[in-house]
Amino acid sequence: MIVEKAIKTQPMVIQLGPSHPAMHGTIKIVVELDGEVVTRADVEIGYLHRAFEKHCEEGTYFQAIPYTDRLNYVSPMICNFGYGMGVEKLLGIQVTERCEFIRLIMSEISRVSDHLTSVGASAMELGAMTAFLYMIKAREFFWELIEAACGARVTVAFVRIGGVKADLPEGFGEKARRAISEVRQTLKEVDGLLTKNPIFTDRMQGVGAITTADAVSYGFTGPLLRACGVNYDVRKYQPYHVYDRLNFDVPTGSNGDNYDRYLVRMQEIEQSLRLIEQALAKIPPGPINVDLEGRVMAASEMTDRGKLGDTQGLTDYRAFLSPNLQGMEKSRYQLNNTTDKNVALPPKESVYTSIEGLMNHFKLVMLGHGIRPPQGEVYSAVEGANGEFGFYMVSDGSDRPYRVHVRAPCFPLMAALHRMIEGGMVADIVPTFGSINMIGGELDR
Amino acid sequence: MTEIVITMGKIAFVLFCVFNLLYVLLWLERKQSAVMQDRIGANRADIFGLRAWGLFHPIADAIKMICKEDFMPAAADKFVYTAAPFLAVFFSLVGFAVIPFGDTLTLGGHTIHLQIADLNVGLLYVFAMLSLGVYGFILAGWASNNNFAFLGGMRAGSQMISYEITMGATVMGLVILFQTLSLNQMVQAQGEYFFGFIPKWGVLLQPLGFLLFLIAGIAETKRIPFDLPEGESEIIGYFVEYSGMKFGMFMMTDFIETILLSAMLTTLFFGGWQIPYLHADGFHLGGLRLAINPVLVSFLQVAAFGLKVFCFCWLLLLIRWTLPRFRYDQLMALGWKFMLPLSLLNLAITGLVVLL
Repeated sequence: MIVEKAIKTQPMVIQLGPSHPAMHGTIKIVVELDGEVVTRADVEIGYLHRAFEKHCEEGTYFQAIPYTDRLNYVSPMICNFGYGMGVEKLLGIQVTERCEFIRLIMSEISRVSDHLTSVGASAMELGAMTAFLYMIKAREFFWELIEAACGARVTVAFVRIGGVKADLPEGFGEKARRAISEVRQTLKEVDGLLTKNPIFTDRMQGVGAITTADAVSYGFTGPLLRACGVNYDVRKYQPYHVYDRLNFDVPTGSNGDNYDRYLVRMQEIEQSLRLIEQALAKIPPGPINVDLEGRVMAASEMTDRGKLGDTQGLTDYRAFLSPNLQGMEKSRYQLNNTTDKNVALPPKESVYTSIEGLMNHFKLVMLGHGIRPPQGEVYSAVEGANGEFGFYMVSDGSDRPYRVHVRAPCFPLMAALHRMIEGGMVADIVPTFGSINMIGGELDR
Repeated sequence: MTEIVITMGKIAFVLFCVFNLLYVLLWLERKQSAVMQDRIGANRADIFGLRAWGLFHPIADAIKMICKEDFMPAAADKFVYTAAPFLAVFFSLVGFAVIPFGDTLTLGGHTIHLQIADLNVGLLYVFAMLSLGVYGFILAGWASNNNFAFLGGMRAGSQMISYEITMGATVMGLVILFQTLSLNQMVQAQGEYFFGFIPKWGVLLQPLGFLLFLIAGIAETKRIPFDLPEGESEIIGYFVEYSGMKFGMFMMTDFIETILLSAMLTTLFFGGWQIPYLHADGFHLGGLRLAINPVLVSFLQVAAFGLKVFCFCWLLLLIRWTLPRFRYDQLMALGWKFMLPLSLLNLAITGLVVLL
């Protein structure tokens, strides 16, 4: 006490970021330090805000697809599929089974590469550069798979409303199995380097912890919530794609600290590899885009079947309207017309060589034409690498979305970041921040 | 007059070796980490199309650093800011003055001790220089007038103090055993044998002391896992405001201290320039004798010393690329609650054994 009177001290304020090596250039944390202890932290976000949601309102439904790549740029496929599923839900389309499998495989490949990056980066932020590069090497195998499937590594734009851009290339299954065994090998190496390393466990255990109650009330999802012991996973609780037909476990932790997050992510990688293997074994042949050309019924018949409650598979049909407009004055037929489900883009061969194909393409993608989902709103969620990745969409019946909102899994995590770092050491800010796996693209949108 | 020439020659030789080893280490750090991480590593710098496995990269580094803008923050303390890197390099280099790199060499009637200065308190001198070296880092952190640099400088200061105590307490065991503070006499004492054939090296006399000294030594060199003053992903370090060759000098200091630590480990624990069974007139083992020219013996001894130092440098690089970094409080806990008691225990046991 005497010392406190004799020496006048004052807290030191340092600004971590935005140009700080660990802050990705997109975050600023104003930290008040008492020696090395963080007494107060103020997390500032928004450096990567680029009005994704507003952009979506300005273009057609198709035009938003490339933007969704930039949401979570470490696992862009998952965001792609989340958006595609939302529009399909608005339209009431059921995509083909093969397409569901392809989407599942690509989602899981993206999830693995995201987790590899995240775990590797948190190791690097503790100074373990070698573990990071091992992870990046493993990720490279999976990015090659993504490249093989869609031609790009990051800006994939793989989804099409009602399908995917392309079928899996030849020999994809073989290549994927090889990549999986390589990744398993790398995981074993990194596991040996980190999991039982006393320096690593000392740095991770009990650091950045948050209670289960706090995590739930902040709205955590994904690995951080599961590290707290809650086994919520969109893939289990609201199965989409074909997750309900494959076996996988939802790993959970108990302490909600950085170490449990690391363990959960490592186990999730293994579960995702399992899913990919099962899906590759079970993937059926067939079309990858919905093709409603061959499934047309008269509007009156569709209405009649609907009235009888015989709706089985009805959404897979397109209403055929009489060209002489007979009976078109009936409002329910017009309703059928607005639910035109012909969304699949014609193949490029046809677009470039025939006038019909070209017109078909233009009618689908041109501003003012395009696809017009019926009025309504939907929320569709996928399990992103960081948690529940939701798209809330409102359609006013025009060819552009009235409103698109993204529920980014990072957002609640970043809201709680100051709770995790206050009271800790300044050196713990970086690994805790790394364990959140903040992705500027989805956070700031 | 001849004495001065000989001493100058020895200084030039040691500096030549240290700087060349520094050059190799800069290259090795890149190449070895690349091998460990399944990368190819630096191989782009070339001279007239000759790439030589990236051996020219340190030259490219030096050119880059010398040509870069020498930036100084407006609010920095100009004199201290400039002096800090010089202090750091100077004190790490002068430590080599008492390291014996060979026995005596008789050349043209002159007997040359292969050691720049055989101080009778050589060990204390090295520790003193290492302690003074930390001023470079603290002053750099303070003079930059940057909170990150300041934190780095403070960390450097507290880390040096904590680990120097362990280091000092550890080598006291050796001092008790060898009854001397002179590094040369310590090396000569390590030329003896247990049972006539096991070399009496420090590492066999003080295995625990060796481990403690190694760990404390890595902490002294401020490399991963003890690179808290730098902590590049957290606080960037005491040199955050330095650019160009001033930054380069801090980087050099790290490597020179690595070499100095390796030299100390070799001298104290691995027999210095001693090659087992090699004496001034050749190899002796039991009844076997192999006569060797004394000049060649000196050469072999110097080469053996260099090889040992290089092996330790390599080991230190290996550790640096494998482990993550400690946290400040964990570092202090390790230093004060684990290493210091162990080194005192080591000292107590050594004392008891010697007394009995």
